[in-house]
Amino acid sequence: MTIEPLLKVNGLTKMYGARIGCADVSFDLWPGEVLAIVGESGSGKTTLLSCLSTRLEATSGSVEYHMRDGAYGELSRLTEAERRFLMRTDWGFVHQNPADGLRMTVSAGANVGERLMAIGHRHYGEIREAASDWLSRVEISPSRIDDQPRAFSGGMRQRLQIARNLITGPRLVFMDEPTGGLDVSVQARLLDLVRGLVHDLGLSAIVVTHDLAVARLLSHRMMVMKDGHVIEQGLTDRVLDDPREPYTQLLVSSILQV
Amino acid sequence: MSGLATYNFAYLDEQTKRMIRRAILKAIAIPGYQVPFASREMPMPYGWGTGGVQVTAAILGPTDVLKVIDQGADDTTNAVSIRAFFQKVANVEVTTRTKDATIIQTRHRIPEEKLTEGQVLVYQVPIPEPLRFLEPRETETRKMHALSEYGLMHVKLYEDIARNGHIATTYAYPVKVEGRYVMDPSPTPKFDNPKMHMSEALQLFGAGREKRIYALPPFTDVVSLDFDDHPFTVQSFEKPCALCGAEGVYLDEVVLDDRGGRMFVCSDTDYCEDRRAQGFLGDQGVPLKEAAE
Repeated sequence: MTIEPLLKVNGLTKMYGARIGCADVSFDLWPGEVLAIVGESGSGKTTLLSCLSTRLEATSGSVEYHMRDGAYGELSRLTEAERRFLMRTDWGFVHQNPADGLRMTVSAGANVGERLMAIGHRHYGEIREAASDWLSRVEISPSRIDDQPRAFSGGMRQRLQIARNLITGPRLVFMDEPTGGLDVSVQARLLDLVRGLVHDLGLSAIVVTHDLAVARLLSHRMMVMKDGHVIEQGLTDRVLDDPREPYTQLLVSSILQV
Repeated sequence: MSGLATYNFAYLDEQTKRMIRRAILKAIAIPGYQVPFASREMPMPYGWGTGGVQVTAAILGPTDVLKVIDQGADDTTNAVSIRAFFQKVANVEVTTRTKDATIIQTRHRIPEEKLTEGQVLVYQVPIPEPLRFLEPRETETRKMHALSEYGLMHVKLYEDIARNGHIATTYAYPVKVEGRYVMDPSPTPKFDNPKMHMSEALQLFGAGREKRIYALPPFTDVVSLDFDDHPFTVQSFEKPCALCGAEGVYLDEVVLDDRGGRMFVCSDTDYCEDRRAQGFLGDQGVPLKEAAE
């Protein structure tokens, strides 16, 4: 059995007028692999993530996704209905700010169950059971199932967002600074949780972060971006332990040592 | 032609009626779909049924017989003033009897008596968009309708059950039309939802402020949304109507005094009167003749 890449990215470029968002990015993402995109603010990480997840239209280049039927689909050619269906079943998107990814005025259970209802589940008891199961998997007590996310702490909201995304068993999850704004101990727990889930479910993930420690813990492979270009990519340990580009060396050496 | 604005049958000018009729035809062609139309200023405030009045004005002919109800009653402010309006501007025959009417304009009820072929029921709609309170963006709700993404509607029902143990939505209960569009049946009690299903009468919905018209042609499939383990049910009442003794009808609560006295009576006044004329009597009712004396 040959394993084929889940995502094939070729020459992806996004221009904002004359300015570069990201330029000529090419890579393959394999099933079960976690790829980190690191770089300083304004380096084009989030632009790249938005283009990959079809939230932004790329100026040129292609992104091909290995559909469940085995064929590759060029994402920019999908109809809007297909694209939205893909986004709420086979994909997940974890926002930096949980309020962007959650419905803050409906209960945690409904937040987690929404995707199930969107794909046609019509049994209240089963939806609730699945939601409760997922809440406990992300270490939220099922007794909080009827509370609104407004009543949750930042870390809980982020875990709730993860549960909401994973309930349909997606194969690819995009994460934009998943630990941004969380304090260090909460960050550590979240990273631990995400690492466990990714491993157990065989998920592929693309994680955007400016925090090299997050990249070190979560990712197998990483890409370093600067001014919209990928300047270095390779296995995470290799890039962090033996950075080749001067900029990467600067980045690695500027981590605060406590 | 003098070129001056002069009297025209049923208040609206012919070009406006034409525009509204086009919207109505489109709405009938796509059951449950909200058709935008250029709603006009009417000589009454928004919220008083300007959408329904415009639809009625556009379909009204000199031989039509009009009935107007407000929460089922023919004798409340809204009903009386709209009926008087059409008597004045169109000089049409009006009635309170459901079976005599060809056009019935309604605010939030469907008459108890079964509507028949040839009748038109015109609803006054405040907010036509069933997804509005779940998704504030109009661009997004239109996209959701276009792609039939209605999962969100069930999120609302889920929340109802999670909070109350049952689906607590009692009016404006969302329905799915012909397996395609989810529609807000206007704030009618959910009691009336089953009457919309396969109705012989044409049903038109007009929202004046929101500038939308939608329709259910006769014999349209209308299904109330629910969960497999929490099926849709209508309200039931413990006692029959206090005046006419009718059961299985929608009742209004009437407060009688300031010591907690109250009674439940038919919300459909015509139906109640009709039954009393036939001799039916509830436990607080008086025969119709005596009441008149």
